[in-house]
Amino acid sequence: MKIDLFITCLNDALFPKTGQATVSLLERLGHEVRFNAAQTCCGQMHLNTGYRADALSLVRKFVNDFRDAEVIVLPSGSCAAMLRELAPDAAHWEGDEALRSEVLELSGRIYELSEFLVKKLGVEDVGAAYPHRVTYHPTCHAMRSLHVGDAPLRLLRNVRGLTLLPLPHADECCGFGGTFSVKNPDVSTAMLADKARHILETGAEACTAGDNSCLMHIGGGLHRLRSGARTVHLAEILASTPGQVWA
Amino acid sequence: MSGLHPARPFPEAAKSEVNNPQLRANLRKVTNTIREKRLRAVGELPHWEELRVLGAATKDASLAHLSDRLLELEASVKARGGHVHWARDAAEARELVAQIAQGHGVTELIKVKSITSDEIELNRALDAHGIHAIETDLAELIVQLSHDTPSHILVPAIHRNRAEIQALFNRELGDPEHLSDDPAVLAGAARRYLRQKFLTTKMAVSGANFAIADTGTVCVVESEGNGRMCVTLPEVLVSIMGIEKVLGTWEDISVFMELLPRSSTAERMNPYTSFWSGVTPGDGPQEFHLILLDNGRTDVLADEVGRQTLRCIRCSACLNVCPVYERAGGHAYGSVYPGPIGAILTPQLLHMDDKNANTLPGASSLCGACFDACPVRINIPQVLIYLRGEANGHKGTTLESVAMGAARYAMSEGWRFEGAVKLARAGQGPLVHGGQITALPGLLGGWTQSRDLAPFPPQSFREWWREREAEGAGGEP
Ligand code: SF4
Repeated sequence: MKIDLFITCLNDALFPKTGQATVSLLERLGHEVRFNAAQTCCGQMHLNTGYRADALSLVRKFVNDFRDAEVIVLPSGSCAAMLRELAPDAAHWEGDEALRSEVLELSGRIYELSEFLVKKLGVEDVGAAYPHRVTYHPTCHAMRSLHVGDAPLRLLRNVRGLTLLPLPHADECCGFGGTFSVKNPDVSTAMLADKARHILETGAEACTAGDNSCLMHIGGGLHRLRSGARTVHLAEILASTPGQVWA
Repeated sequence: MSGLHPARPFPEAAKSEVNNPQLRANLRKVTNTIREKRLRAVGELPHWEELRVLGAATKDASLAHLSDRLLELEASVKARGGHVHWARDAAEARELVAQIAQGHGVTELIKVKSITSDEIELNRALDAHGIHAIETDLAELIVQLSHDTPSHILVPAIHRNRAEIQALFNRELGDPEHLSDDPAVLAGAARRYLRQKFLTTKMAVSGANFAIADTGTVCVVESEGNGRMCVTLPEVLVSIMGIEKVLGTWEDISVFMELLPRSSTAERMNPYTSFWSGVTPGDGPQEFHLILLDNGRTDVLADEVGRQTLRCIRCSACLNVCPVYERAGGHAYGSVYPGPIGAILTPQLLHMDDKNANTLPGASSLCGACFDACPVRINIPQVLIYLRGEANGHKGTTLESVAMGAARYAMSEGWRFEGAVKLARAGQGPLVHGGQITALPGLLGGWTQSRDLAPFPPQSFREWWREREAEGAGGEP
């Protein structure tokens, strides 16, 4: 299949390894991977902070950059949720019905990585090997907007050598919420403290998820605590093989 | 805090609340318990999702014909011997209650737990007229006796523990015996106090969970039975209801009798549901007044996106699942409507230019747990995002809006974004210590309050991709 990658701005700038792992994984599964270098951002940060016009100009750009894609895969649940769930609403609020129908038309072809693998390709064993103790944090957007369900867990269960440890209170938000973490640092910190505690309780070496924004938050907290546990994007685990370790 | 108006912006109020370990522990315990019980109660009904859709549709149908329904309600209440009053705002509603009380020479009245009455700050207004209002809901009584304000829609004293209540009752209820901290003993003391009030007080004030237009029936749903005492024993009954509470017919109410108890107290059915229609000679209150309160609601109704907020049946399920409410507590919201519903209802009722209230839509990480829990499917995250935009519209140019505009500009072209990342990478040097950024300047300073940040790596994804394309080879890590 011809797959267009939407790497997302955060991954591009701060977590390039996640994008590289995504490429490696999808190519290993026999797909043709394309990256349109014109792409930038889905507009999530702008929309969620209440800058609708700015957000919509980025949504419009996304639509232009990906109009001809067969499928669009992105290693970020929250950006997928933004494009599929929120962008059409926001376009409607601003009275741009043309943009609304364009995003809606495209939204059927947008997939978060784990749902693409499990739901679209029907693959649960990607042939990965990762000999570590790992716990999985289901990010809010993947869980509640995209309904990816247990797709990431199915994938992780088939990774050779990986010990999957259940995370207590897994479905509680980590407290990131984009600019929420900066505008409400006290509440965000309280939420993060509980999430970090639960992760450490599992005894895992690494916490994984399908979204680097949440992992940046959790990882930043774990690092500040000097805890030794780290965060790893799901794509980097799934791309890892005995010959090539990504994370 | 009292009434609708937050006295402080949310981040500021939350800061003081979040750092209270006792409060955090109380809230965690209670919300986690209710949360699990609710999941069980909801799980018993295989058709829960269909019920939610029906609940939302029923409310929407009423809201779509709100003025007709209200006129119908007015006519049927009058036909059954009741009086109907229309209050545009809180002041008009307070004045109406005071006038009715004064008309009967009442200096003391009893109240059914009602958030709508708290919204209009009724008790304080009555005090100013020399009329003392007594709360009869146990938790509401605790809040009143301690000169506090409710911090939860359903469990107003959620932030109080047993020892505090014991001390309070020993001080305030004037019981001759020293009360132990046994919940049954404390409840008994409240019961003796309230019973005497039920039997001697001439007038009662209630809110309304629902009203039925075609029969002129008002409904209150409760757990203790004290509300039923209030609506049956006194001679005069005044009910204040937000105009969005009206439904068309008896059939309409049945779906909420399933949705409400399971969502709020995690019960299959609540213990007491009282219905009354006008007055019945020789039985119950002989004078009934219904006050229909607008107080900003028609403006909410006029907003296509915000309108769904008026479906709310005040079950408090969204509070109990909200991670922000669990840490910050109800008082951080500064309004009688706390939690996720408060974050969207309060600023809309007050209009989006209220500079404390318009911080409330920001009081959410947008995790979406509230939407999943809401029995009438109010898409709270969607409304939050929408209201953040409306609030920005009233703020003009700010440091944040300039930064956001700059970010949007940088992201308007791939090459421009690449340039911005390179610039940031080159400039981050002084911030990086031991491979991490541990203190950020300005607007971003909140981040490094508790989190480190990995710096920009030497190569972005697009730079790597270009290199790979040029080499025409597969990627290496
Ligand atoms: S918004 Fe929904 S969940 Fe929250 S109190 Fe209202 S009805 Fe209940």
